Amino acid sequence: MNDSNNTVGVNRIGQGLLASSAPVPFIFNDRKFHGLEGDTLASALLANGQRLVGRSFKYHRPRGIITTGSEEPNALVELGTGAYKEPNTRATVIELYKGLEARSQNHKGPLSFDLMAINDHLSSFLSAGFYYKTFMWPKAFWEKLYEPMIRAAAGLGSLSGEEDPDVYDKGFLHCDLLVIGAGASGLSAALTAGRGGLQVIIADEDFLPGGRLNFETDTVDDQPSSLWAANAYEELKNMDNVRFMTRTTVYGAYDHGVYGALEKCTDHLAGVSDLPRQILWRIYSKRALLAAGSTERSIGFGNNDRPGIMLAGSVRGYVNRYGVAPGKRVAVFTNNDSGWRTAHDLIDAGVNVVAVVDSRSISPLMAIPGASIAMGSQVVDTQGRLGIKSITLNDGRSVPCDCLAVSGGWNPNVHLTCHQRGRPTWRSDIAAFVPGDDLPTGMQVIGSASGSFGLAERLRSGHEAATDILVQAGSNVVAKRTPQAHSIDYTITPLWQVPDCKGKAWVDLQNDVTSKDIAQSVREGFKAVEHLKRYTTLGMATDQGKTANVLGLGILSEISGKSIEDTGTTIFRPPYTPVPIGALAGRARGKHFRPTRLTPSHQWADAHGAEFVEVGMWLRAQWYALPGESHWRESVDREVTATRESVGICDVTTLGKIDVQGRDAAQFLDKVYANTFSTLAVGKVRYGLMLREDGFVMDDGTTARLDQNHYVMTTTTANAVSVFRHMEFARQCLYPSMDVHLISATEQWAQFAVAGPNARNLLSNIVDAPFDISNEGFPFMACSELSVCGGTPARLFRISFSGELAYEIAVPARYGNSLMHALMQAGKSFNAVPYGTEALGVMRIEKGHAAGNELNGQTTAANLGLGRMVSTKKDCMGAVLSRRPRMNPENPIELVGFIPTDGAATLRAGAHFIATDAEATLENDQGWMTSVAYSPSLQSSIGLGFIRDGQQRIGETVVAADPLRNESITVKIVSPHFVDPDGDRLRV
Amino acid sequence: MRYSAFQVLKEGLTGNKGWKPAWRDPEPKKQYDVIIVGGGGHGLATAHYLAKEHGITNVAVLEKGWIGSGNVGRNTTIIRSNYMLPGNEPFYELSLKLWEGLEQDFNYNAMVSQRGIVNLYHSDAQRDAFARRGNSMRLAGADSVLLDEDGIRNLCPDLDFTNARFPIKGGLWQPRGGTVRHDAVAWGYARGADSRGVDIIQNCEVTGFTMDNGRCVGVDTNRGRIGAKKVAVCVAGSSGRVMSLAGMRLPIESHVLQAFVSEGLKPTIPGVITFGAGHFYISQSDKGGLVFGGDIDGYNSYAQRGNLPVVEDVCEGGMAIMPKIGRARLLRSWGGIMDMSMDGSPFIDKTEVPGLYFNGGWCYGGFKATPASGWCYAHLIATDNHHDVATELLLNRFKTGAVVDERGAGAQPNLH
Amino acid sequence: MTMIINHPLLGPRDAAEFVYLGDASLINRPDPQSETAAEEFYEYLHLRDNNAGEHRELWYHEQGDRSWLVVTRNTLTHDITRVELARDVASMRANGAGAE
Repeated sequence: MNDSNNTVGVNRIGQGLLASSAPVPFIFNDRKFHGLEGDTLASALLANGQRLVGRSFKYHRPRGIITTGSEEPNALVELGTGAYKEPNTRATVIELYKGLEARSQNHKGPLSFDLMAINDHLSSFLSAGFYYKTFMWPKAFWEKLYEPMIRAAAGLGSLSGEEDPDVYDKGFLHCDLLVIGAGASGLSAALTAGRGGLQVIIADEDFLPGGRLNFETDTVDDQPSSLWAANAYEELKNMDNVRFMTRTTVYGAYDHGVYGALEKCTDHLAGVSDLPRQILWRIYSKRALLAAGSTERSIGFGNNDRPGIMLAGSVRGYVNRYGVAPGKRVAVFTNNDSGWRTAHDLIDAGVNVVAVVDSRSISPLMAIPGASIAMGSQVVDTQGRLGIKSITLNDGRSVPCDCLAVSGGWNPNVHLTCHQRGRPTWRSDIAAFVPGDDLPTGMQVIGSASGSFGLAERLRSGHEAATDILVQAGSNVVAKRTPQAHSIDYTITPLWQVPDCKGKAWVDLQNDVTSKDIAQSVREGFKAVEHLKRYTTLGMATDQGKTANVLGLGILSEISGKSIEDTGTTIFRPPYTPVPIGALAGRARGKHFRPTRLTPSHQWADAHGAEFVEVGMWLRAQWYALPGESHWRESVDREVTATRESVGICDVTTLGKIDVQGRDAAQFLDKVYANTFSTLAVGKVRYGLMLREDGFVMDDGTTARLDQNHYVMTTTTANAVSVFRHMEFARQCLYPSMDVHLISATEQWAQFAVAGPNARNLLSNIVDAPFDISNEGFPFMACSELSVCGGTPARLFRISFSGELAYEIAVPARYGNSLMHALMQAGKSFNAVPYGTEALGVMRIEKGHAAGNELNGQTTAANLGLGRMVSTKKDCMGAVLSRRPRMNPENPIELVGFIPTDGAATLRAGAHFIATDAEATLENDQGWMTSVAYSPSLQSSIGLGFIRDGQQRIGETVVAADPLRNESITVKIVSPHFVDPDGDRLRV
Repeated sequence: MRYSAFQVLKEGLTGNKGWKPAWRDPEPKKQYDVIIVGGGGHGLATAHYLAKEHGITNVAVLEKGWIGSGNVGRNTTIIRSNYMLPGNEPFYELSLKLWEGLEQDFNYNAMVSQRGIVNLYHSDAQRDAFARRGNSMRLAGADSVLLDEDGIRNLCPDLDFTNARFPIKGGLWQPRGGTVRHDAVAWGYARGADSRGVDIIQNCEVTGFTMDNGRCVGVDTNRGRIGAKKVAVCVAGSSGRVMSLAGMRLPIESHVLQAFVSEGLKPTIPGVITFGAGHFYISQSDKGGLVFGGDIDGYNSYAQRGNLPVVEDVCEGGMAIMPKIGRARLLRSWGGIMDMSMDGSPFIDKTEVPGLYFNGGWCYGGFKATPASGWCYAHLIATDNHHDVATELLLNRFKTGAVVDERGAGAQPNLH
Repeated sequence: MTMIINHPLLGPRDAAEFVYLGDASLINRPDPQSETAAEEFYEYLHLRDNNAGEHRELWYHEQGDRSWLVVTRNTLTHDITRVELARDVASMRANGAGAE
């Protein structure tokens, strides 16, 4: 390892605002460096003279750091190793910590000798949109050759391919006022609002609050601006009604004053932490002040992308905040006053300023002994392959330098004002877009984000906005005074692109979009601003064009001869800066992706060999494997046979249960069910069919009448929630005058099916006297409330899904697991078995009952052979539209049964039915197999399915064609009731 | 100007100064044979095929903003023909076939990338429904493969096979599915249509329909009245607004669908992967961005932007099946307005007004349908007969009950 | 749905607690006895004004008190200007007060 032994850094000229001078070791591209506490990776690299930090996306041009903040387009590095590897992180926002490891990205071979840099020499052939015009021949080469090549070359960093090992949390916050940004205006606003007693949240992406106050040498209230910011931070931090969130980026403005924010909790800490890595906050605000500041932009001139060419505000920012001089001989190129501030601050810090080139023909703003001052001049070209060595001026002069500080003006950070599709407006006096009038509800923009660049105005705008909000909230305005400061003038004469510049002028540094690309785009007709963006990819890189977009627009407007107002702008979309997908997902991953609902007998089932299956959110027992059973079919066949021969028990709690009560309960059920329930006798149960208003089948189930005005409905597991919602809609919106109330009781009652010839014998062991469970006393389709097991309240229904003598027994859910024990105990002498969803499914297919595969929302009552259940004597939801002509064809598809003509064959659901002599095509498609099972009762594979005119075709053979699995089985159409077709077993 | 590698070389050597506009920028004429309202993918495709397949070139495409400004440039770029119902599958299969020859047809590389699409299943019932669908596809001449868990492991080894809340049991794979560079589709069709004489007129907003004796004979626009023998509306997302100018109510609601892209990454996702137990699908663009999406926000909206819970829901789905993407960052989210129809299927039909045609209701499936939509709409406009693969996409199907409800969700648009 | 719905009984609630149905005209179920019931039901269930602007729509407080609400919301801006209990709206209609 080649270490840098200089623990201060060759370019470290002071301590800036850094708290300590203790060296912090870190590694970049396998080389050990030292920075200081409070450095970013970028400032530490610059301190060590590391100008080259990455390669550009397309041409693999050598690139360096150009900014101090989250707008950085160039300095993207890969952090961490193994599963912690993190691509595309901006070095300018990485807080330095001991042992940090970073690597540059997007190069083949060493960073200083990238083999892919050949692209730079081919750039004439790789201009805007070149890929739309070629790679088309021969056709087959795209997927095989061209695209893999392009893909391998594209992309920046890479993922580890392993699961993200970190934990992310989510949190919710509420406030009267959210202040976005803790620079001059934000701090000023928060101080006023906080002192006035509002609940305030102030958030800033930086770890050191203060914004530009820390990068400039301004004075506020007679203190250095950075000290004023530190004091403001202290005061705000200590207010109970203020939450100060550093390292927190408000990334999106959503409806009704809701903001998304990402707080980085451990990214700046060495080693592994117990804390969540990041927290995704959802902030509900009554009012919001956007104090997001402004971002500097560059100027288009030849080779304006070399390492060492930086934005001027960042150059002085590194000096003032980090004590780092980005170069030893610095030139300045500006079209506005702020470039001169850089020269001023550098000289103050003892850095050699070799030239100031100002494109404006005005008098120099200051005298700089020894420097070339060129007014009304431009930089037209630069030299230096891996770092700038000199600049060329338009008069041909060459000035050696190792850093060029460029200022093309400042853009207010209007991003969040656009998140609800607000359009920024152009202000020609500052040559920048400012927030438009169509701001998100509750938002107001202050400080330089609003286009007020003077420090005094920024401080005042925060104070005044907060004062207004206090007044509107009826609070006392305690702080009556605006913090005082002196504003430095800011005047600008826009210069977008240097005329006659040599070489390419880069606009979007990361995506390698040049001014020539813009010109070509316009030439080809892509002159609408969105077309330009999409054709050239301007502003589509990881920085979303924070430094590039307005520059690109300026150049576009020059080339197309339209004003910037008429050119318009693309708008910003959330997020403000990229947010990890892991943070957006939070803890909802792995087993916690969705809640898990357990049935009341889960514990018992788990202890008795149950294999569980996901049924919606529920986990249900699928089968219970006994020792020695090696294949699921063994277990399922045994459960079916044992149930049909003696008795089996199944937890059916997951079926939806809805309590329906009220004087109009009967009439209400007549409306929501296709068949009639008002005629159902008390103490009886009836099968019900429910339609959607469009006439298709919505759900089915049984409903019991426990009392004159009290019914209990069951729904399918899948539709428990939607049926209840549908019924509440009917109750509240369609039949508001009916006296009926609905309660969802799915979770309140544990329910078990007890099925098989010995079901009554088993239950008679647990029902409390004097309940008469005899066939006469409690016949098929009876229901009753009773008590079991010596006083446990229960409900008993004599209904059957299995086709056997069967009951469903319900007890309050807390007794569910105990009842399972009790039922198995009571069934011991009958060799009772528990059965799972598989056996349940087999038995229902044997009986021809429709379930989810058949009730898929596309079927009519007629399809199910239940057409007569749709009462014509009364109105119900779905009745009118169920009569539409195409839903009632002469030869509808109908549910029937199927058995293979070759008894050994195994049917498959999803096969389509084709006439035996026909080709398997869509035209010859007659229907499809919906459900299949092996029937231990018939000792054959059996199936249910829909086939055209099925009821009339019992006995015919057709082919169940399954080209997907390369199978074709001849099947006979049979009645769907495979077992006990007359239902004799139900009534014994 | 024909595009080719040679042309790129030639222009490269001469400073790229010789490129011509991809399409002209003409003033609208007074009268056309056909006016297509809407310069999105479908409208431009319709114009291209009207000119190329039916020889009807006196055509104007009127676009309110810039061409391709609607959903053709706001989607997740997926193409596939994995449908189940006979009213749908042949149509989408025609579309996929047209995609396969598209670039040579319009001489524009739209980067049709057939890297496959897989829909994961997590239960036996889902598998059965996929089997039914896969067989429908086979019967219609499309390709489909039913994969088990091992098959999925081979295809996408980085999914969560060990700790998933909803275990991955397999998937329905269509190897010919894939992605296309979406904007390029609009531009390619525009070039194709323009080169055959179609006038593409941007910044031209239709403000009304001109009627003569109950017949539609043109449109009023912000650039004056323009006459036509036939007016064909093709403005999915704004169908309700535009057709209300003709006094028509539609079986359509406008909803917002969000889409997402991550920062650029080296290749990590093979083809398109769709989660079967959550709202998430993902692919990777040629530039390296992970392109992903989920469900619609669920409420009527014309706002072209979505809300936070759906962003989080989609990312939860992503982390649930693909936890390796946790450290990839969401770069940009955006919203498009969807024409959500009452059964999830679109319309390509005449209206009750003679001379006025309607194409819309694409829900969030419009992009993959672009070629077939244009092909069948052009056929309808040119011949006044429905194309064989688009006989069920009728406006009156809710009156007759012949719905094309792939999901079985009924007449509630936000469930489709 | 980071939208906030001011529930008439419960105050401001996050829209994530609700389930959306659609146009509030779904309250106006036609008379099934009408001679033109088939046409009326077809229009009632399927055709929409789909307004770009103010939109009266049905939301169900599924993770709350299970009220159906009629929310007046702008589909261009998502601003909510009015929230009523659907039951009240439906009762007014039933009592002949007329839906708005």
